[in-house]
Amino acid sequence: MNPLLAQSVTQPSVDWHALAPELVMAGTACLVLVADLFLPRNAKWIAMPLSAAGIIGTLAAVVSLINTETTTLAGTFEVDAFSLLFKGLFCVLGLIILAISFHYFRAGSYYQGEYYFLLLCSLFGGLVIASARDLISLFIALELISIPGIVMVALRKGDARANEGALKFFLFSVLSSAVMLYGMSLVYGVTGSTILSEIRTSIGSGDEPLVVLSVFFVVVGFAFKISAVPFHFWAPDTYEGAPSPVAAFLSTASKIGGFVGLLVLMFKAFPEVADTWAPVFAVLAALTMTVGNLIALRQQHVIRLLAYSGIAQSGYILVCLALINPGNPDANEQAFAAAVIYLAIYGIMDLGAFAAAVAFARRGGTYFISDYAGLWQRSPVLALLFGGFLISLAGAPPMAGLIAKLFVFAATIEAEVYWLAIVMGVNTVIAAWYYLALIKKMFFETPELDEPVEVPYLLSAAMGIAAALLVALLVYPPLLTNLADRSIF
Amino acid sequence: MSWVDDWGLSLATFLPALGVVILMFLPNRESLVKITGTAFAGLALIAGILCAVRFDYSRGDQIQLEVDSTWIETIGARYHVGADGMSLPLLLLSVLVCFLCMVYMWWHIPEPGKPKAFFALVLLLETGMNGTFVALDLILFFIFFELVLVPMYFMIGIWGGPDRDYASVKFFLYTLFGSIFMLLGFLALWIHSGAETFDIIALRESTAGASELFQNLVFLGLFLGFAIKVPMWPFHTWLPDAHTEAPTVGSVLLAAVLLKMGTYGFIRIALPILPDAAVTFAPVIGILAVIGIIWGSLCCFAQTDLKRLIAFSSVGHMGFVMLGIATLTDTGINGAIFGMVAHGLITGMLFFLAGSIHERYHTREIAALGGVLKQIPRFGSVFSFAAIASLGLPGLAGFWGEMLALLGAYQPAPGLNVELFRVLMVIGGIGTVLTAGYLLWTVQRVNLGTVPDKFASGKGIFDVERLEWTAWVPLLLLIVVAGFYPALLTNVTADAVGGLAGIFGA
Repeated sequence: MNPLLAQSVTQPSVDWHALAPELVMAGTACLVLVADLFLPRNAKWIAMPLSAAGIIGTLAAVVSLINTETTTLAGTFEVDAFSLLFKGLFCVLGLIILAISFHYFRAGSYYQGEYYFLLLCSLFGGLVIASARDLISLFIALELISIPGIVMVALRKGDARANEGALKFFLFSVLSSAVMLYGMSLVYGVTGSTILSEIRTSIGSGDEPLVVLSVFFVVVGFAFKISAVPFHFWAPDTYEGAPSPVAAFLSTASKIGGFVGLLVLMFKAFPEVADTWAPVFAVLAALTMTVGNLIALRQQHVIRLLAYSGIAQSGYILVCLALINPGNPDANEQAFAAAVIYLAIYGIMDLGAFAAAVAFARRGGTYFISDYAGLWQRSPVLALLFGGFLISLAGAPPMAGLIAKLFVFAATIEAEVYWLAIVMGVNTVIAAWYYLALIKKMFFETPELDEPVEVPYLLSAAMGIAAALLVALLVYPPLLTNLADRSIF
Repeated sequence: MSWVDDWGLSLATFLPALGVVILMFLPNRESLVKITGTAFAGLALIAGILCAVRFDYSRGDQIQLEVDSTWIETIGARYHVGADGMSLPLLLLSVLVCFLCMVYMWWHIPEPGKPKAFFALVLLLETGMNGTFVALDLILFFIFFELVLVPMYFMIGIWGGPDRDYASVKFFLYTLFGSIFMLLGFLALWIHSGAETFDIIALRESTAGASELFQNLVFLGLFLGFAIKVPMWPFHTWLPDAHTEAPTVGSVLLAAVLLKMGTYGFIRIALPILPDAAVTFAPVIGILAVIGIIWGSLCCFAQTDLKRLIAFSSVGHMGFVMLGIATLTDTGINGAIFGMVAHGLITGMLFFLAGSIHERYHTREIAALGGVLKQIPRFGSVFSFAAIASLGLPGLAGFWGEMLALLGAYQPAPGLNVELFRVLMVIGGIGTVLTAGYLLWTVQRVNLGTVPDKFASGKGIFDVERLEWTAWVPLLLLIVVAGFYPALLTNVTADAVGGLAGIFGA
């Protein structure tokens, strides 16, 4: 009998508690979709509190699993500190995204029920990818994150830019999936397994050119998903065309999902052959940071600016992967922790910046940097929060962006990859330039309009919580760093 | 009062930050904002004074009022603060000047107003400055060092002069650039220590066996960070722009406290942790310092803007401080710390005066002014007094820093080139003459002569206000006291400096 078939017949034992967050999230997604059918047109917004309740339920399930370490579904699904940290992060980011989305979608009368359903599906993918420990579930989880994303980008059907963005995103996504799948099939061919831990033990003895090729294809596939240079071309157009809350989602939760998959794959499956892929990441990281920053200097549109800034920020996380060296486990742990810390802080501060941009654009609908002139005199709180997030992205106090950069720098020095440290240093200064340019507009110039920008309470609360979290993480970083330390594989 | 031992320094550091948080949630009423802001700066001042009271001056070489608790465990960064004879005077300078700035701000807040934001920024700045002087952990130090960037950037950018965009961005990027290389240096020390500690005290022994190349590279990184902050020639170009454009209080804080973070970094971190590299770099630092003295003085002769002139004079004065540090001797470093405090008091005072002149005459063009002493005699006298203190007249605070620095250069630490340092001493001595020259010339042009027709009516030109007196008298008194009784300061610093100079065998 075919061995594959024999496997599929045996029922793997299922640890339902370990799957609780995913079950709650999936259940909520279905509930939202069904509820939407029965809600009258003017009550469609109820899908949002429903989703929020579901995410809070998921978060509760995640909390109930703390200190659990278990594997289920025949070794393809693992619950550990790492996966729980990211599940928690996806829930927090999800809640902030809901707050950003609510007024936007309600005011625009877009497909609210569908939107929240798709968002929950994507978050569901995020939850799964944090636990996925074999190639197939990893791939499915990744697609689960991005395919709803494509539909969300296209929600504004009548808008040409939205269609362009969605189409680009779709084509790049399909292409990258194909490349990645091809790589994964080669990995399977070399090692005879899709379980990451089994791949790890046998890949070292594989035929070297084939191993290099397969790993290379997988990395390229991921590079598209996380919009690393030179595979980034879709991102700015897609973000600009998408509804802004969706751009916020793509730039944070979706991208972090891609990085989580990459971390799992590289550290669980391919660490033994790190010398073949670490240099690739070094080049990707240097390119991503530098190109992202240089192009960001020229941007006049806030969402595009944030898109390029997000690309540049990914460069710092890629640096962590470039530091891996099979002979230096201490440095590898440091690099891994740095990546985790950077992802978490980046997610919150970038989402904060997107929230501020959405809040500003809500009335006038403008995203041009020139329209931000004198925002401080019109809406001091909004300007203060936006300024804070930008300063944090630039890596200066009083918010936690500095801690994120600090850990990446520390890991780079520990791994003795000094040239990347210098590249990062120079890039930090370049990046500060364009963040400051936007701040300058908001604070140092006089406004053309006088009336304040009205910010709904929900958005203010989301931004306030994000800012408070970031300040807390600067004052007392162990809130995050201890979790990151525990989550090292 | 034993709680001061545990809490004093932390209170002095974080009370202003607490003030920022409270200010943010206060209604936008000017009087309420002013009272709250001043109260928190006052509380920080009281905390600083209590620390000074509890400080045991007979053990000035030891870290006191120490707190050392876990912070970021995973990389070994700790919340370690403490003060010794080198940091205490600077902490006191910082809390005092910040409080006086608050008082001055009651009198005047520049355009476009917004007292709440202005007071909050000064308080945030104070947290960064105080923290820098008490931090004994490199990461903690780094965060405080960086924390001053943002408030100063906004202060220049919002309340600054016509060219504020350029000046504020230049200040931010220049300092950020330096501090990133400083951070890389810190991280290299951390890795090299083996124990993965960021503790400034514990790191002292860690570099003994390190290769020369490692020490020199790390020192270079730290040098970039600190030298830009000081600023030393040729990294000084951000300073005149920042000073000229900043509002009065911003200039005062920049000159009085912010610049000292760079020089303090040298004596707290770079010298004790990397002594061998310090000996290698000392001649370079000495030469750059002396170039700074001469360059700054000569530039002063060419300035037409009073504030810009004082800014360039800062370059010169900080040159003396760096020359003192470069000698690596007891005398020189004592002189450097004296110079830091004296420069803080005197140049802070001069920037107050420049701001007040602008309030009265609506210009800072030296050529447009004249006869100030005749028109507003008390103001004119204070101006003359501060200018003369700045040129280093014996009997006033400015004298001792320069004198000790030059004296130190006569006999630098063993291993340094004696001839070179004596040449530097002579050139530095010429610098003091130049300093006297431009300051006296400035006094002559501003204070003496006839009142220009434009101001002859005397409209809006009033003598020193009550709030101005309140802000200035403490500074003026301290300038005299430190001048007449320098032991007040050198007694505090001597033991700690002795310990540092002992590393270099002098």
